[in-house]
Amino acid sequence: MKNRGYFNQFGGAFIPEILVPTFDQLEAAYLEAKADPAFWQEYVNLMSTYSCRATPITYAENLTKHLGGAQIYIKREDLNHTGAHKANNVMGQGLLTKRMGKRRVIAETGAGQHGVATATMAAKFGFDCTIYMGAVDVARQRPNVFWMEQMGATVVPVEDGSATLKDAINEAFRDWVTNMDDTHYALGTACGPYPFPEMVAWFQSIIGIEAREQMLSQQGRLPDRVYACVGGGSNAMGLFSGFLDDKEVELVGVEAGGRGKGMGEHAARLAYDDATVGVAQGYKTYFLQNPNGQMMDTHSVSAGLDYVGVSPILANYHDTGQVRFEAATDDEVVAAMQLTVQKEGLIPALESSHAFAQAFKEAPNMGKDEIILINQSGRADKDIFTVADAIDDPKWREFIITKADQYRARAATEGGVR
Amino acid sequence: MLEQYIQDRLQHKELLLMTHIVLGYPSYDKSMYLVESMVEAGVDLMELQIPFSEPMADGPVILKANAEALKAGATLEKSLEMAEKITANFDIPFLFMTYYNILFKHGVSDFVSKMHDIGIKGAIIPDLPPEEASEYLQSMQQHKLDPVHIFTPNSSLERKQELNEHTSGFMYTVARKGVTGKDTQFGDELGEYLVECRQATDLPLALGFGVKSKADFDFIRGKADVAIIGSEAIRVMEDKGVEAVGPFIHSIIN
Repeated sequence: MKNRGYFNQFGGAFIPEILVPTFDQLEAAYLEAKADPAFWQEYVNLMSTYSCRATPITYAENLTKHLGGAQIYIKREDLNHTGAHKANNVMGQGLLTKRMGKRRVIAETGAGQHGVATATMAAKFGFDCTIYMGAVDVARQRPNVFWMEQMGATVVPVEDGSATLKDAINEAFRDWVTNMDDTHYALGTACGPYPFPEMVAWFQSIIGIEAREQMLSQQGRLPDRVYACVGGGSNAMGLFSGFLDDKEVELVGVEAGGRGKGMGEHAARLAYDDATVGVAQGYKTYFLQNPNGQMMDTHSVSAGLDYVGVSPILANYHDTGQVRFEAATDDEVVAAMQLTVQKEGLIPALESSHAFAQAFKEAPNMGKDEIILINQSGRADKDIFTVADAIDDPKWREFIITKADQYRARAATEGGVR
Repeated sequence: MLEQYIQDRLQHKELLLMTHIVLGYPSYDKSMYLVESMVEAGVDLMELQIPFSEPMADGPVILKANAEALKAGATLEKSLEMAEKITANFDIPFLFMTYYNILFKHGVSDFVSKMHDIGIKGAIIPDLPPEEASEYLQSMQQHKLDPVHIFTPNSSLERKQELNEHTSGFMYTVARKGVTGKDTQFGDELGEYLVECRQATDLPLALGFGVKSKADFDFIRGKADVAIIGSEAIRVMEDKGVEAVGPFIHSIIN
């Protein structure tokens, strides 16, 4: 590769030798597409006819009144096909896969949103598809697994390590080092070896480009603060990239505070002090690791933010101070989600609800003439089991028990598995 | 240095054998026992793998060995202590195999200097391409240690020559795409690939990935200089116990 994709000390491409020609090919295809205005136009056309671009910005009037401070606006990435911003990156990489003449795609997934988006893209473009998903996540995100399988993808539960997102990434790389000739690895976030961080951020920049235009045309001004949740960092990079040159706009990235500070209790690489710089999964960034360099377990109520590393681009913005990083705890996140559902009838995913939680903490202290913009990166349909557990809804529990009894009765009469 | 050692040994036998263990798997005591039985069985060189939680280039057998070693309490400090004992007790060259973060977190130059002090002769770092490795390569050269890089069936002649410039000791050639420990077809195609590898380097060639039997070993004779057995020895240990590893190695060489 000509370029190593560094953002000051972060990034790079620490890849096994066998993948060097594959990355050369990917870099060439990416740079060629980026230099070709027709490619971006094809991408925008695809997203406006297959997904729901441009996604609107919603004024959250009731939340604004309730919190009594800044005016709250919400960028509606939940209205994308498959229910999250993940579609942006995946459809872009689908077009690149076609350009490279490959016929199979693989992907890792945490919450399952990226897996569903990839399976959808594979179905649309006619690619074979294998999705690697931590066994822990398979267990907590069954609805997404169901849809991936319905769309013809093979879902492989990964039992190694902590059986979550990072282990799914390792396993996807193991597939790729074997099958690179006909397979593209559609990495789901702005992490991994160059050119992935930059390429994924490029596809996601469609969020920020739209949002900036919409704020100017609809409100006549830019927001004062912009909030996005940060797992790997792709939705944050997408929204922030629209405002990087606007010094008056404060960018706030919100990580998973989990059960609070202390290694193993959260997945906040930048907002808390537990992470240190390291190299894993092909790139250099802040990782939650021990002094020996072994990756540690992380915790978050949201599978999509439950990850040891973070985009090298955001790690750099952390160090330069261009983005402020905060963390929201599991409890704050569930409360923020409930408030949003009750006040606005919007259902932000648990991941996105981190951005809402932080914005809700800050909005009351801001002036009524100030404006904040929150990225609703996804919707929470997939989280129904987790959310129902978190708020301990008795009617939901009753429903599941009844449903389970029906399945058990049927299995018994069929003499099948129990 | 390793190249001279290998050339000297090749005067007496046509094909050398390098084996691999994961330090601390299943325990440090057993690691010592494995080295002893492998050396006694006639192994010429050995890779000592320092466990890492994210061994991206390794297949299921070595992946599990890494995870189990860490679960059993393996640390870098203990692995370095064990390596020092091993090099003091056995008269063959030992290399480290590990992932870059282990060096990076410790401090690359200091890590390499420690390698030198404890008698390790070289290293294989599969996620560290030469483009990212200037500090490592400089320190290795300074301490007269051998950085070993990897030729793959996907490497162009140009890439092989580039790798050759940064490599000393021997060249690790992988027999196929994929991760460690899966099956390899030992046939004509592999023979042709090794001829291509020869054309790109004057260093001895070591062939690994999927070598598991006497038949594989015999196939490699005359085509490469060193055969590498990694996952299969671990598999034998897991299936038949640590005592079975020495006889297994013996049966391959003889």
